[in-house]
Amino acid sequence: MQLTVNGEKGDYADELTVADLLRQRGHDPAVVVVERNGEIVPAAAFAATRLEAGDVLELVQFVGGG
Amino acid sequence: MENFEQFLAKWPRERRARIAESATEEQVLAALCKDTLQPEDFLVLLSPAAAPHLEDLAQRAHELTLRYFGRAVNLFTPLYISDVCTNQCRYCGFNAKNTQPRRHLNMDEIEAEARVIADMGLQHILLLTGDARKLSSPEYIADAARRIKPMFASVGVEVYSLTEDEYRLLIDAGVDSMTMFQETYNPELYDWLHPAGPKKDYSFRLNAPERAARAGMRSLGVGALLGLDEFIQDAFCTGLHAWWLMRHYPGVDVGVSIPRICSHEGSFDIPHAVGDRQFVQYITAMRCFLPRSGITCSSRESAFMRDHLIPLGVTRVSAGVSTAVGGRATEADNSGQFDITDHRSVEEMTAALAGIGYQAVIKDWEDPTSTHA
Amino acid sequence: MEDKFILGGVELKSRLFIGTGKYSADNLIPAVCEASGAEVITVAMRRVEKGQQGIVAHIPKTMRLLPNTSGARTAEEAVRLARLARAAGCGDWIKIEVISDVRHLLPDGYETAKATEALVKEGFTVLPYINPDLYVARACVDAGAAAVMPLGAPIGTNRGLRTKEMIGILIDELDVPIVVDAGIGRPSQACEAMEMGAAACLVNTAIASSADPVRMASAFRAAVEAGRNAWLAGAGAVKAPGEAAEASSPLTGFLR
Repeated sequence: MQLTVNGEKGDYADELTVADLLRQRGHDPAVVVVERNGEIVPAAAFAATRLEAGDVLELVQFVGGG
Repeated sequence: MENFEQFLAKWPRERRARIAESATEEQVLAALCKDTLQPEDFLVLLSPAAAPHLEDLAQRAHELTLRYFGRAVNLFTPLYISDVCTNQCRYCGFNAKNTQPRRHLNMDEIEAEARVIADMGLQHILLLTGDARKLSSPEYIADAARRIKPMFASVGVEVYSLTEDEYRLLIDAGVDSMTMFQETYNPELYDWLHPAGPKKDYSFRLNAPERAARAGMRSLGVGALLGLDEFIQDAFCTGLHAWWLMRHYPGVDVGVSIPRICSHEGSFDIPHAVGDRQFVQYITAMRCFLPRSGITCSSRESAFMRDHLIPLGVTRVSAGVSTAVGGRATEADNSGQFDITDHRSVEEMTAALAGIGYQAVIKDWEDPTSTHA
Repeated sequence: MEDKFILGGVELKSRLFIGTGKYSADNLIPAVCEASGAEVITVAMRRVEKGQQGIVAHIPKTMRLLPNTSGARTAEEAVRLARLARAAGCGDWIKIEVISDVRHLLPDGYETAKATEALVKEGFTVLPYINPDLYVARACVDAGAAAVMPLGAPIGTNRGLRTKEMIGILIDELDVPIVVDAGIGRPSQACEAMEMGAAACLVNTAIASSADPVRMASAFRAAVEAGRNAWLAGAGAVKAPGEAAEASSPLTGFLR
């Protein structure tokens, strides 16, 4: 299925949770915040949240700033 | 939001007295160097520790007054439209127990009196009444303001405490400023001084300027009647009241009046008479604390005193004054609220100001939407 | 003398806030935190890149995070970033930063006030970064801001307290802590802000871009403490007022 992750469209496996996606991309789920179609996905729901074709995802984390 | 009465509760008498009594010369000198004074600094400048530095205070006050007001002094005159009064203020000539004849002007008389004032060349007028809500109702005051507004740039009121809606009524009639003397900020003393009548309600009066500000009044004046309570107490509370109003209503012009109690009809022993040196300390400390606020000095003070107070911070004086109802256009056999000491006319006042290097300003502001021709 | 610094209901021991941007190596941050004595540290929020490590791993757990909304150009974007920051589970403090002019990087006061209002309603502890404009500051305070953070000079310029007069007005007029943010380039400038009565200073670039950030952090710590102490002590008379009195004619000679 097709997903848009941080602005980039790509093909992903059909059966995929948020936790799977983070693992695949090598992100630490403890520090990454996920927004799916404009809604924040609580960290506790990463494993239970199944992604659907066409989803737009933003994966963000804290970086250096003033 | 807390009102001023609640704020004042954080400054109990004992705290004011303690800071004033423990003030040091170093604190006085430091306060004189500050750009912005806090209430504590003001108290220090009013304290006995500042008394030996009166000339320093005067120099600082003079410098600040010149910086923010230049060499200009505003002139205004009061118009008493009714001395019928239901209060029994122990210190006042309009006290309901005084048996003097009373007058209550009708609209035509008010207009005739106002015409004389306008013809003297004055543009800022202050309407005053006694406290008689039924006779001198808010509607009566509003009608008077509406009637005379075409002749003046600014109409102010100094009347009994009104509700916010009533202040709105006056504003709609063309009133742009209100003055409210709390007389004293000591609630127990206030209660004793006002044995009967609607004025007995201390809180309603204390919070009146704020109600006027909320109603949209452009300019407010507050003041204590010096001599009733200990100097330091009412002097400090007056400044604190103006300061608090400015902080919470930054769009409103807040000024201070500095009446000192004087003799009147009836008998009243002045409890804490304020001498001239203390009076000057009050004005100069006020100027340092509130550099941008107008300070009004009435004709209770002598011509000599007023001429010397102007360089120290006074920015607004009355001229051509009568404190009796009527008396300009109509015959008056009634007596005034207090005895005036400075009897100078507008022309004489203008000339006297010029003599000490100041310009008399007849009109410093006018609402661009007003009906004044 | 007791000198409590309460911000958003939390008592803070240090009046120096630091940032996490622009370091030559992020692993300097723990030592900078230690040397600065700071308790509050700012972070930004960005998209994660593959294999990229976030900043949080470098920040001691005892620090309180103050995420900013940098990157936001509108109030709506700032609100969105604030929600994302809160979802990271590091508290509900937020520094609102809305910048739509990328040449001067000056904060947009109107959008900032709007975002402040929205985020206070959502329960955030809001610290808006603003130009020291009294009206904007008042709008933020009226909307419930826990503090306001006026800039001393354009961000990252290290030019010091160019807006000193305006910051002074905010200190005089507002009843919330004033945290001077942006522009402070040297410890003496942080000290000056504190002497004026600022509640705290936020310093990032000046520490991060110095040759020895750890040493510079300790210098800022000392400067902020010195300035605060000076303010608490109350400056004495700068000149003897008598000097002026002698120069002009007496004004109280009329009093007998």
